[in-house]
Amino acid sequence: MNALLEVDGISKRFGGLWAVQDLAFRVEDGEILGLIGPNGAGKSTVFNLINGVHAPDKGRIVFQGTDITGEPPYRVARHGLARAHQIVQPLTGLSVFENCTVGACFGQDNLSLTSAREVAREVASFVGLSDRLDVLAGQLTTAGKKRLELARALCARPKLLLLDEVLAGLNPTETERMIDTVRRIRERGVAILIIEHVMRAIMSLSDRIVVLSTGKKLAEGSPHEVANDPAVITAYLGDAQLIAEAERGA
Amino acid sequence: MSRLAAAHARFVERVNRRSLWRPFPWLVLIVTAAIALTPLRLDDVQLRESLLLACVYITLASNLNLMIGYAGYVNFGNIVFFGLGGYICIYLIDSWHWPLLVAALAAGLAVSAVALLFGLGILRLRGAFFALATIGVNEAVKAFVANFEPWGGATGIYLSLDAYGSLGGPMQALWTAYLLIVGVMGLSLLLSWAIKSSKFGLGLLAIGQNEDAAAVLGVPTPRYKALAYSASAFLPAVAGGLYFFKSGIIEPTGAFDLSFSIEAIVMVMLGGAGTVTGPAIGAFLYEELRGLLLVAETFSHFQLVIAGALLLLIVLFVPGGLMGFIHRKWPYTRWWLE
Amino acid sequence: MIGIVASVVDGVLVGAVYGLAAMGLTLIWGVMNVINLTHGAMIVLGMFGVYFLATAAGLSPYGGVPIVIVLGFLFGVVVYWVSVNRVVGRPVLMSLLATFAMNMVLIGLGTALWSTSPYNVPVTLPGITWQGYTFTGTHIMAAALAGAIAGLLYLFLYRTRRGKAIRAVADNREAAELTGIPTKQVLSMAFGLGVALACVSGALIATLFPFTVLSGSSYQLKSFVVTVLGGLGNPAGALIGGVALGLIEGLATPFMPVSWTPIIEFALFVATLIAFPRGIFAFSRA
Repeated sequence: MNALLEVDGISKRFGGLWAVQDLAFRVEDGEILGLIGPNGAGKSTVFNLINGVHAPDKGRIVFQGTDITGEPPYRVARHGLARAHQIVQPLTGLSVFENCTVGACFGQDNLSLTSAREVAREVASFVGLSDRLDVLAGQLTTAGKKRLELARALCARPKLLLLDEVLAGLNPTETERMIDTVRRIRERGVAILIIEHVMRAIMSLSDRIVVLSTGKKLAEGSPHEVANDPAVITAYLGDAQLIAEAERGA
Repeated sequence: MSRLAAAHARFVERVNRRSLWRPFPWLVLIVTAAIALTPLRLDDVQLRESLLLACVYITLASNLNLMIGYAGYVNFGNIVFFGLGGYICIYLIDSWHWPLLVAALAAGLAVSAVALLFGLGILRLRGAFFALATIGVNEAVKAFVANFEPWGGATGIYLSLDAYGSLGGPMQALWTAYLLIVGVMGLSLLLSWAIKSSKFGLGLLAIGQNEDAAAVLGVPTPRYKALAYSASAFLPAVAGGLYFFKSGIIEPTGAFDLSFSIEAIVMVMLGGAGTVTGPAIGAFLYEELRGLLLVAETFSHFQLVIAGALLLLIVLFVPGGLMGFIHRKWPYTRWWLE
Repeated sequence: MIGIVASVVDGVLVGAVYGLAAMGLTLIWGVMNVINLTHGAMIVLGMFGVYFLATAAGLSPYGGVPIVIVLGFLFGVVVYWVSVNRVVGRPVLMSLLATFAMNMVLIGLGTALWSTSPYNVPVTLPGITWQGYTFTGTHIMAAALAGAIAGLLYLFLYRTRRGKAIRAVADNREAAELTGIPTKQVLSMAFGLGVALACVSGALIATLFPFTVLSGSSYQLKSFVVTVLGGLGNPAGALIGGVALGLIEGLATPFMPVSWTPIIEFALFVATLIAFPRGIFAFSRA
């Protein structure tokens, strides 16, 4: 069976530094794959390579059977891949509703403006933003902006959603809501590739985990396996609390 | 929300479903008709001339707004469309005896095509580099035209009087040109509105807010930018053809006047970049201001200084321009006046 | 053949001054991501500054150089607080228009004060003669001074606390702020420095060629070409780029009418940017 996303031996160099080296993994239809690793491990770079912000120096990226290696971001989006960024990028001068409409218009379905607006309304309510549809994106709270980032990506009705640290900067209540939302997204049939530092969250959300360290794959497996992997523990050595959290989550 | 606001929202919702019920295009048609017919009825040549100039400014500003206000790309050399359109139209009339409207439209199409070509190259540049490159395009075209003998080189082209013959003589021809220019102005506003209400326009606005984020969202940025640049060239080129026909002469320095180009930018910012009525109002206000300044002898040298100071104040304190300010204070106007 | 070599060497000398001008532009860009469209006006101010010092105070233009540097710096700081400060964090469009508007005001005022007639700073220096060609003393002096000032700039940026603060802010403004560096002050200082460089290069150019209020735009264009050749944000690259441009001009002038030079430069500018969007030797910004 063909995987939804297949990352095959990709490497990327910036100047003299290999940010990602010979990385390979798969994301299956409808699963949640977690990507974890210490800071600077190359996780965001992997996202940039997948959605076309940078082209890998080596390797291939295949999405739904099509080779999308090196394609520019707007083409990748057309294939059915959407991304919510770590540092949110709201279209600040446009309203929440308009932001979502943009996401809906230019996704893989290439919707008309009217259909896009309907999708935008539906997704906004799914994500909990319908009370703020006319607010300018620049005026939302941090949590609101994160929600918008997520909503916009969902509006494209993607097959695969890349979530880059969607929980960063949220208080405990907001975090719970976001985790719940992520689960409900998966229930709608969207596969998710998620980067997260909140160990408890990612361990409980993910079906499988890939651990990255200095650009290379360190381990792969179920959350439980990964949490008990000695190599992983060594990589996070000194952060016993993190390990304990991980074990609790798995 | 107050009851009035709720009722207004319901009304807006109902009307929005049918584009043609929306008030704005009808407003444009009414205003355009008024501008066209008033001097005609009153047979007032002076009024005609000042309104003609206003229409030219509004055309330039509205189309420039597609790049500055929607897509966020500052086209410093926008006057090149006007000048080149003028040259092509005049040449077609003078040497090939084409009728006015056909020549003007042909000029518009030709300049749009050239813009598409240039655009594919320079739209890869961001920010100031794009802006400077547009100046380069203007200067390059001006230098080329100044050395191009079939177009009169540095002296330009003088239209002989028979060019006006087919339209019923010079007096009649000037009125025809005027009506056509008013029509072009109306079309510019409608084009601006139609684009803003379309998916294409939404994509442009997204590009203007954050080009990289827009690309990630799937907006086909290179194609959209090129289309916007090319579209923003068409009507100014047609207007150029009509304007220089009316003037009877075209030469390189006047056709590709960079300071005129820059004043168009001030007009857009003054009125409110990104809105539809903004550039039109900005153009009108600026033209009035300019008229006042030229009369006062002491200030005429300071024209660009005042324009610069005005632009600076707008950018620093009211970047949304006049319409931006009005829309913020009275949100209802957003829908009625776009 | 010798004529071409002479032309090229002369081009290199003048190119050093172009490099100095471009350093100001690239410094400001590198530190605060603002492209200073008043650059041309600042060059013109340097030209007139040295002219008035020469005519009013009888000061040799070379003596006027330090004064121009100081005054340019102060003026730059003022311009920063007036028009740049508010737009530093905002979209590029805004800083572009703000500096452009400022430029309009300055050139407009300049035209009103000094009209568009040509001015000249009379200065002669003994030149060096070689194989029948004389390299004018002024050109050699200008290149030498440009090199010296570039060297001083390097020392300032890499050996003094203030200079390091500037580099820190250029690298990562937030981090610099967190370590207690007063970023606003540093930005204004960097802008002042960039303007000072533009002014002093104008002063040197005034010793080489006659000028008008409107000359600024062509030298601004050259600065942009140099910045692109040498890499955005890279002052050392600016010097190299300047010399390269001078070299190209030296090669081209025997063969081409002068009025085509701006167009060649624009073409070079656009072509280079399309091939290397960050300039040829850009520092890759993290």
